[in-house]
Amino acid sequence: MKAGERLARDPNIRAAFREADERLNSAWERVSRRTFLKLTGLAGGGLTLAACSVKGTDPVSTEPGKDYEFNEFVNVGSDGTILIYSKTPEIGQGIKTSFPMIVAEELDADWNDVVVEQARIDTAVYGRQRAGGSRSIATAWNQLREAGAAARLMLRRAAAETWQVPVDECLTANSVVTHEATGRRLTYGELADKAAALPVPDKAELRLKARDEYTLIGERITGVDNEKVVTGQPLFGTDQSLPGMLYASYSKCPATGGRVAAANLDDIRALPGIRDAFVLEGNDLVSELMPGVAIIGDSTWETQQARAHLSIDWDETDASKDSLSSITAEAARLSKEPGAEVLYEFGDVEQAFTGAARIHEAFYSYPFVSHAPLEPQNCTAWYRDGAIEIWAPTQSPDQAIGSVANVLGIPREKVTLHVTRVGGGFGRRLMNDYVCEVAAIARQVGAPVKLQWTREDDMAHDFYRPAGYHALRAALDTSGSLSAWQDHFITFTHDGKAPVRGGDMRPGEFPEGIIDDYKVTQTLLPLGTPCGPWRSPRSNAIAFAVQSFIHEMANVAERDHVDFLLELMGEPRWLDPGNPRAMNTGRAAAVIKLAAEKAGWGQPLPEGRGLGLAFYFSHAGHFAEVADVSVDADRKLTVHRVTVAGDVGPIVNMSGAENQCQGSVMDGLSTTLGLEITIENGRVQESNFHQYPIMRMHNAPIVDVHFIQSDYPPTGLGEPALPPLAPAVCNAIFAATGQRVRTLPLSKEGFKV
Amino acid sequence: MVRLDVNGRQHELDIADGSTPLLWVLRDQLGLVGTKFGCGGGYCGACTVHIDGRPVRSCLMPVSAAEGVAVTTIENLAAPDKTLHPLQRAWIEHDVPQCGYCQAGQLMSAAALLARNASPSDADIDSAMRGNLCRCGTYQRIRAAIHSAAKAINATGGES
Ligand code: FES
Ligand code: FES
Repeated sequence: MKAGERLARDPNIRAAFREADERLNSAWERVSRRTFLKLTGLAGGGLTLAACSVKGTDPVSTEPGKDYEFNEFVNVGSDGTILIYSKTPEIGQGIKTSFPMIVAEELDADWNDVVVEQARIDTAVYGRQRAGGSRSIATAWNQLREAGAAARLMLRRAAAETWQVPVDECLTANSVVTHEATGRRLTYGELADKAAALPVPDKAELRLKARDEYTLIGERITGVDNEKVVTGQPLFGTDQSLPGMLYASYSKCPATGGRVAAANLDDIRALPGIRDAFVLEGNDLVSELMPGVAIIGDSTWETQQARAHLSIDWDETDASKDSLSSITAEAARLSKEPGAEVLYEFGDVEQAFTGAARIHEAFYSYPFVSHAPLEPQNCTAWYRDGAIEIWAPTQSPDQAIGSVANVLGIPREKVTLHVTRVGGGFGRRLMNDYVCEVAAIARQVGAPVKLQWTREDDMAHDFYRPAGYHALRAALDTSGSLSAWQDHFITFTHDGKAPVRGGDMRPGEFPEGIIDDYKVTQTLLPLGTPCGPWRSPRSNAIAFAVQSFIHEMANVAERDHVDFLLELMGEPRWLDPGNPRAMNTGRAAAVIKLAAEKAGWGQPLPEGRGLGLAFYFSHAGHFAEVADVSVDADRKLTVHRVTVAGDVGPIVNMSGAENQCQGSVMDGLSTTLGLEITIENGRVQESNFHQYPIMRMHNAPIVDVHFIQSDYPPTGLGEPALPPLAPAVCNAIFAATGQRVRTLPLSKEGFKV
Repeated sequence: MVRLDVNGRQHELDIADGSTPLLWVLRDQLGLVGTKFGCGGGYCGACTVHIDGRPVRSCLMPVSAAEGVAVTTIENLAAPDKTLHPLQRAWIEHDVPQCGYCQAGQLMSAAALLARNASPSDADIDSAMRGNLCRCGTYQRIRAAIHSAAKAINATGGES
C-alpha cells in the first residue's frame, strides 16, 4: 500500500482527532455522567457495598482499620488519609493535581490529608481517560464534583447516625464533620468505617457547592508529584525497571513505509552485550507497527551502539518520496490560481469585493514541525502466557490497549497497561506506535524488555504538524471596516480525497461567523509523511496567517488594531447558539480589552520597539495576547514580555493554569523563532536539537497572565493560549520595524534570535 | 572493571567498553534513573550531573573518564537526612515543573551555579542555564526559583 493511502486509512490518527472535532460539550458530559451514575446506581440499587468496598478484598466485609473506597475516585482511610485517584495521564498539563482538587473541594477535604494516585485504566468505570484536546476539565468537571460530594454526604450521614442528629446539622470543613449545637466533631478518618457501610447516595441527593463556597478551587496548589520530580524519583516511562529486564532498540525505514529487504542480523547478534536481533514485519499501520529491525541487549547503550553496525536494505517501493523543496514551489505556484474546491462560502463574496473601497492580498505559509517531547518515546513490556503487561508513557492509554491487542492478535482483556508520568505530550503520545513496537518485541523475547528510542528516532518518526499555505484576500468598505474575506488554503492529502488530519480547516475556525461575506477554497497536495495532532491542532498554524492578515487590514484602513478587532467582534453573541464550546464575541472582546490594557497599549515606545496584538479562539478558550518586541539594527530580535488574557471560565488551580499559559507562550515562541522540519526523499532532515533549536532560557520573555473567570463551565488550558502567540509577535515586529513577516520560522526570515 | 564514586558510594562495575557514557551506567547499572536521557548529544542538559561539583553532561562523558572523580546525581542533591536543597524547596514552592522531565538537569545546573555564585544576576542565570532545554517552557519559574533559593541560602548564612 502506498505511503499516503496507508496513512489515510489509519484509524488511530482519525481517533486522535475525533474528540477535538466533537463540537458539543454536552455530548461528552452525558457520556461521563452516565458512567458515574451507573456506578453509584449499582450501589444504590441494593448492592450497597459494591462502590464502597474494602480495598482489594471481599466487598462485603467491612473490617475496621481498613481503607474504604467510597467510590472509584475517593478512598478514606481510618487514619484520615484521603486517597484520590486521578484518572487521566499526567503529561505536564497538571491534571494529577487539578482533578483531585475538584474532588477534594466537594469533599471538603483538608488538602494536607490528600494523597493522589494514578487510577487504573478502566473506561467502563471512569469514562474518558485520555489527555488531549484540552478536554479533561470540561468533560470530568461534573463527574469529579459528584464523586467528592457523594463521599462527603456519606460521611455526614455517618456522623448524623452516630450523634443521632439530623444530617442537615452536620457540617463539614477540613476533613472534619462538626455538630455546632453540641460542639461535637469527628474526623473523616474516624467516620470512615461507618460511612463505608452506608448506601452510596443517589445523584439527586447531592448538592454541589456554589462558586462562592469554594475554598480550594482557584487556589495556587503545587503539583502533587513535585517533590518526587525534584528528587529524581522513578516516575517516567523510561525510568521503569523490571527483574531480568532486557533492553531494545528498533530501527525503521527513515522514509515512512519502507520494508526490510535484508539485514545483517547475524553480525549484530555476534556483538558484545547483544542477545538477539530480528525483523518485525508489522501490520502496515504507521500508528501501530511498521517494519523494522529489533535489537535486544543487556543495556540501552549496547543496543544503541549495535545500530551503528546494522546495515538494512530498505525496499522503498511503498515508502514516502516527499520532497519539501518541490512541495513549497508547487504551493507558491498554486497560490496564484483559484482553489480547486470551495470549502465554505457565506454571503456574497464576489459582490462584496466588487463594491469594496480597498482590497488587499497576501500569501502566508508555515512549516512542518515536530513535537519533540523531551522524553524520547519509550515503553516497557512483559509478555507471559498469552497476556501482556505494559508500562507506558501515553496520552491515550485506552487506545494503546486496543492497538496492542490488534498488533498481537489477542483480546483486550489480555492487555494490562500502567500509565506512567509522561515527559511531555503535545499530542505526540496520542499515537502509540512505540507501545505497539515493544509489545511485539516482548512477545518474541519472552522476558521483560524496555524499548528506548533515541532523539534521532523521535525526530525521524513523528506525526508532524503539517505545513500550510494561505492566499488571503480581504476588502474594506468605505468606512474602513472589514467587509469580505477570502482564503485559498493549500494543504495536504494522503489519499487524494480528504485533507490530512491537522491540516484540515474545520467548520467554525476563526474568522468564520465573524465576517458575513466569507469564502474558503482549498487545494490539496499529495503527502506521504505522517501528520498528527500538535498542540492546538490547526489553530496553532492558521492563527498566524489569519491574525497577521487582520492586522494588515487594520493598517491598510489606518486604524488602531484594538479598535479594528473589537469592531469585528460586534455585538456580544454566541456564534453557534446552544453550543457551550462555541465562540462568544463578548468574551472575545473582553479578553482583547484586558490584554491591551495590561500591556499598556497605546503608550509611546522607543524606536525599534513595538507591541503586537492577536486574538484567537480554540478549544473553547478565548485568548488575546500582546507581545512587546524590539528589533535592533542587526535584526536581532528580543521578545521582552507577552501579556496574556484568557477566559476559560473558573480556574481550578491558579498555579497550574498560569503555568500552562506560560508554557503555551514559550512553545509558540520557540516554534515561531526557529523550528522547522524539512523533508527530502521521504526523509526528515533534522535529527537532533542542534538542527531543531527549541528555545532556551535567554530567549524566554516574561509572560504575564490574566484570567477573566467567567461563570461559564470551565474548559481546558493545555492548548488555547498557544495560537495567538505567533501573530502577536509578528504584529509586534511590524510595529517595531514596518516589516511584515508572512513566512515562519523567523530565523529563516533573516532575524537573529 | 571500572571504579566509580557516585553520591559518596564506591562501585566496582564490570564494564568492558570504557566509552560507555556515564549516563547509561548511572541509569541501567546503578538504577539512578533521576538523571535523564533527552538527546545523547550534549544539547539538552537533561543528563546533567556534577563531577567534582562542576555541571557535566553525562551523556557525553565516557565512564572511563569518571574514574577518580566524585560523581553527584540528582538523587544526592538533598542532604543525607533527606532535607531538601534550597533549590528543591524553591522548585516546589514556585511549582516549577510541568512534565518535569528536564527538571533534574535544570536543578543540577542551578545548584552548580549557586555553589560558585551566591547571588546570580539574570544574566548569570541565563548563561549558567543555557545548556538546559525545557520543552514545556518553565523558564520563567526556573529563574524565579533560582533567585528565591539564592535569597534563602544567603539568609541562612550560606548553609544549605
Ligand atoms: S541527554 Fe545529555 S545533553 Fe541531552
Ligand atoms: S518541564 Fe517538561 S521539559 Fe521541562
